[in-house]
Amino acid sequence: MKKIKHAILSFLGLMLIWVMLTPPDMQEIVAGLIVSVLVVLLTLGMEPVLGDIRLTPKSLLYGVLYVLVFLRELLVSNLDVARRVIDPKLPIKPGIVKVRTKLQSRIGRTILANSITLTPGTLTTEIRGDYLYIHWIEIRHEDLEGATRDIVQKFEKYLEVIFG
Amino acid sequence: MELAGAIVTLLGSLFLFLGALGLFRMPDIYNRMQAGTKATTMGTLLFIAGLAMGFHETIGVSKVIIIILFVIFTNPLSSHALARAAHKAGIPLAKETVMDDLAADEAKEDSAMKGTQEGEEL
Repeated sequence: MKKIKHAILSFLGLMLIWVMLTPPDMQEIVAGLIVSVLVVLLTLGMEPVLGDIRLTPKSLLYGVLYVLVFLRELLVSNLDVARRVIDPKLPIKPGIVKVRTKLQSRIGRTILANSITLTPGTLTTEIRGDYLYIHWIEIRHEDLEGATRDIVQKFEKYLEVIFG
Repeated sequence: MELAGAIVTLLGSLFLFLGALGLFRMPDIYNRMQAGTKATTMGTLLFIAGLAMGFHETIGVSKVIIIILFVIFTNPLSSHALARAAHKAGIPLAKETVMDDLAADEAKEDSAMKGTQEGEEL
């Protein structure tokens, strides 16, 4: 079941990218169809990561909300780093903290780690089991719970619904 | 529209410049990575979006969206890999650093492993 879902989703994704890249033309679309099907068939043996995506109305809504939250965090993050870089005193208090994630699926964790890297002052350094090790440019909480609350939860509540 | 595109592109290059300045000013590889990843992602994003606004007839908005998606997905991955490799290679953190949970846990695992090995020898 997961495999079929993964195959369909990756086919749709490939097709979408192809259509966006090429001018609208019957020949191009047929070529894209053939190549997409080939790619999906050739990668059937690989881990079905996209199979973890939930396709309910709620998860789609959370997907949109997640993109908005992510874009806002990206902007805040840039202004934050810019401020630190320009400040003559270079106000940093860096360190590596440990946080815990509830997400189980691989794709959910990947997206969480990537989002953390792109948000204010945090950089994912390592994942081991349920724990992420994060380089934080200004440590605000040294304990596991505080750091988890500050760094992970704003994304996790959305990703949890989308990927589980 | 072309003027708006030019302004957005300029903003993007400003972020890229700040990223470069960050690389120069930060004390160690991890902090540099912080400046490098975020500023370059935003900078590239704005830069390309600005190009799309100003010259959308020649480039096409859909291609720009794809480029932006690829940048968002790959940029943090590469810095994650670099930071992980740096930590594994034992590159020290800056002197301002207050804590390092990863090193602490690694040390714990090492000593645990040593314990079992010694146990086996006995």
